[in-house]
Amino acid sequence: MPVDCHSALTAPWTCHEGLLDPQGPVSAAEISILIDASLVMAAIIVPTILATFAFAWWFRASNPHAKYRPDFSYSGRIELVVWSIPVMVILLLGGVSWIGSHRLDPATPIESLVVPLEVQVVSLDWKWLFLYPSQGMASVNLVVVPAGTPVHFKLTSASVLSAFFVPQLGSMIYTMNGMTTQLNLLADRPGAYRGMSSHFNGDGFSNMHFTLSAVEPAQFAAWVAQARQEGPVLDAASYRTLSRQSINVAPYTFRAADAELFGEIVMQTLPPGPGPEPSRLLNVSPRIGGDDAAR
Amino acid sequence: MPPVNRFWGKLSWAAIPFDSPFPMFASAAVALIIVGVFAWVVIKGHLPYVWREWITSVDHKRVGVMYVVLALVMLLRGFIDAAMMRAQQAMALNGPGYLPPEHYDQIFSSHGTIMIFFVAMPFVIGLMNFVVPLQIGARDVAFPTLNSVSFWLTATGALLVNISLFIGEFARTGWIVYPPLSELAYSPGVGVDYYLWSLQISGVGTLLTGVNFVTTLLKGRAPGMELWRMPMFCWTALASNLLIVAAFPVLTATLAMLILDRYMGFHFFTNEAGGNVMMFMNLIWAWGHPEVYILILPAFGIFSEVIATFSSRALFGYRSMVAATMGICVLAFTVWLHHFFTMGAGANVNAVFGILSTVIAVPTGVKVFNWLFTIYGGRVRYNVPILWSIGFMVTFLIGGMTGVLLALPPVDFLVHNSLFLVAHFHNVIIGGVVFGLFAGYTYWFPKAFGFRLHEGLGKAAFWFWTIGFYLAFMPLYVLGFLGMTRRMQQYDVPAWQPWLIAAAAGAGLIAIGTGFLVAQLYYSIRHRDALRDKSGDPWDGRTLEWSTSSPPPSYNFAVLPAVSCLDAYWVEKQNAGNNPEARRLSDYAAVEVPRNTATGIICAFFATLMGFALIWHIWWLAALGGVGAFATFVVFAWRDHVEDEIPAEELARMDGLDRMARGRGFDQGLPS
Repeated sequence: MPVDCHSALTAPWTCHEGLLDPQGPVSAAEISILIDASLVMAAIIVPTILATFAFAWWFRASNPHAKYRPDFSYSGRIELVVWSIPVMVILLLGGVSWIGSHRLDPATPIESLVVPLEVQVVSLDWKWLFLYPSQGMASVNLVVVPAGTPVHFKLTSASVLSAFFVPQLGSMIYTMNGMTTQLNLLADRPGAYRGMSSHFNGDGFSNMHFTLSAVEPAQFAAWVAQARQEGPVLDAASYRTLSRQSINVAPYTFRAADAELFGEIVMQTLPPGPGPEPSRLLNVSPRIGGDDAAR
Repeated sequence: MPPVNRFWGKLSWAAIPFDSPFPMFASAAVALIIVGVFAWVVIKGHLPYVWREWITSVDHKRVGVMYVVLALVMLLRGFIDAAMMRAQQAMALNGPGYLPPEHYDQIFSSHGTIMIFFVAMPFVIGLMNFVVPLQIGARDVAFPTLNSVSFWLTATGALLVNISLFIGEFARTGWIVYPPLSELAYSPGVGVDYYLWSLQISGVGTLLTGVNFVTTLLKGRAPGMELWRMPMFCWTALASNLLIVAAFPVLTATLAMLILDRYMGFHFFTNEAGGNVMMFMNLIWAWGHPEVYILILPAFGIFSEVIATFSSRALFGYRSMVAATMGICVLAFTVWLHHFFTMGAGANVNAVFGILSTVIAVPTGVKVFNWLFTIYGGRVRYNVPILWSIGFMVTFLIGGMTGVLLALPPVDFLVHNSLFLVAHFHNVIIGGVVFGLFAGYTYWFPKAFGFRLHEGLGKAAFWFWTIGFYLAFMPLYVLGFLGMTRRMQQYDVPAWQPWLIAAAAGAGLIAIGTGFLVAQLYYSIRHRDALRDKSGDPWDGRTLEWSTSSPPPSYNFAVLPAVSCLDAYWVEKQNAGNNPEARRLSDYAAVEVPRNTATGIICAFFATLMGFALIWHIWWLAALGGVGAFATFVVFAWRDHVEDEIPAEELARMDGLDRMARGRGFDQGLPS
């Protein structure tokens, strides 16, 4: 049962909006590696910590029962053991690392009978643009996907380095101007999942959220149909306006989007975001309040 | 943007933050303290002494102490930044807190920059300066004047960072200035330039230190001090300085490329014209990861000395420890990619670097086990340095475990850039480097000044720091799991706030611990006669630095020790007790000690002018500073009289007095 973590009445320890409440196969697999690896290492580390306290206490100078061995500085057997223990742990974890890196590589498609949904992502200063190439529409700060359908994200940045991350679905990935990265995610069940930039990217960073909304496939089709009826059109001109710095932009949709737009951003046919502009500098600070100029 | 003036460059009254109370108040306080200390020195008539014995000194011990003083002062500055960040995050739920982003972003950037470059580095280098020549039985480092120049260039960097508080701004990009955010298009202000020039100038100092210490350790050892007889701290210092020599040029080159981008319109890392941020990431971390081993290896060395000394027994597994140290030294250069697994480089690349990163846990684990077996069979005396060491062993194991987790690419995909990461590196940097530096500071303080630090206040500092550390950083691990990323000026998830308040409380405990450190220093200086150590060997030490007086004479050893084994001084004490062989006049030979020189501080003065001028585009002043610094070197190089000689008779007389005072037996036939 999902808990509303945005309510002030929610007790912090019941809130599972984070990594420990995975909602997709990618995050579930990653969190299980995290827990398994922690347990393997804890099996070594906890006894070592206890031994540290035990030795330090027993061999205190005031203990007459402790045997003093001032010149005991080498023992082949102990050396063998102290090198072997970490080597064996690392051999095991190295295997986990190799297999996990390949199975969970962000570019690896998720096995499923359902055809993946293509979504193109552009990180802007300081909001997220989502383009749906097959549906011919786009949205800002909101990405709606059908639950149970793999989603293939192609990502780039309109300006500085950012990172795309939906903690409950797993695997963050950098977005970089002039380059694309890829990410495959799947939401098991419907829900609204918090998304963010997980790499600092300037003064508007803290407010650069989005919502990933996983819905039933029928609902997704309805959302697309409705979105294509209303809102502005995303073309080169409106993209330039969007690429200017702004924060706290409320989610909205574009009824149509230029099919070539993502490619033009990546190939830099459309220029990168302008960055700070002297006349708009003050609008950056949430002290002054949100700036919707980009709309 | 203010217009660029031909004479003053970008500098104008608009650079002074008259409208922000925090930097104005802080810089006023700093200015007041500086003026106050300077006035006190002048009025009390200490200026000639400070100039002669400290500022112009090239004695490695004095330079080392000045490095540590710089580090401690900057620790206070960096800690104030940390406290401001913790306070901001504790209150910034659904609101702006008390710091707007453009200010908050400067604070976390300067916190990281200061703590790494102007606290951890000078502290480590300061202890190496003080200890290494004494431990290897040398009279000084290989290049004493260069050493003084290194220190003053580091101080220049620290000064420039602090000037940014009052004139202009500091970087708002984080302590690793990732482009394109740090490029002119996205950071048009002078903040990034302050960062770049302070690190370039202090980086030259650090590189010179590396060259100096590698040379000292390889060529300056006492007769009989073979490599395999070097104390563990010297091995770790050697590894650390080899890393400095190999890694710091990479940093200098990377920052130089960013400087060319920002100043000359180059396109190494810009969005346009083929620039590439991935190249910056690879280059900066090719320096950045070795950097953490530059810091932690000497700390490991300190723990090895302290644990063996206070357990009253030999270090267990010396050869293993050396192998582990040098193994880490090599592996340090093979793991940099784990700082950006999330760049999407591909499964094979991530897997290889992931496995190499976990491999470093092997030699590190071996070290922990060897310290454990050093305690085993010992007689542990619970003085302050070993408290820090045991606190370290426990804390570092936890930090090492979370480090291995981060080295697994699939796990890193979840917790990279989160507060889990922040918790991890503070876990190893505070629990490893800082605890080690505090252990070393307490351990070698009596050697440097001839009196101990107060024990009770030191223990209080230890407990507040340790408990405060756990309270401040364990919640950050939890916050990482709750999906909180780092560097957030505000947030809208109520579940995060209780943990952030706990972390702020932890920072409060650390503040009390820091207060105890200050109180300990103050109290110990005031009561130095009661805490006096006349023997030169207050801890029953094992290595050569304890065989000379406290503080040691400028030439360290009247007669260079002849070394025949590991733990040379311990063995000598075992064999001879407190009555070492009498020395005859013929044992002494005249010693040449390097003369004081103001080269370092004059050079730094010009370097400060140059750095400041380059930041503000005041080209004539930059040229003046550059030429001035170079001319200082030339004048120094042409001087004729470089060393003073202490004749053998004088040496014998002073040594006789010293040995008598320390109760080390009479020497026969010497002039008294």
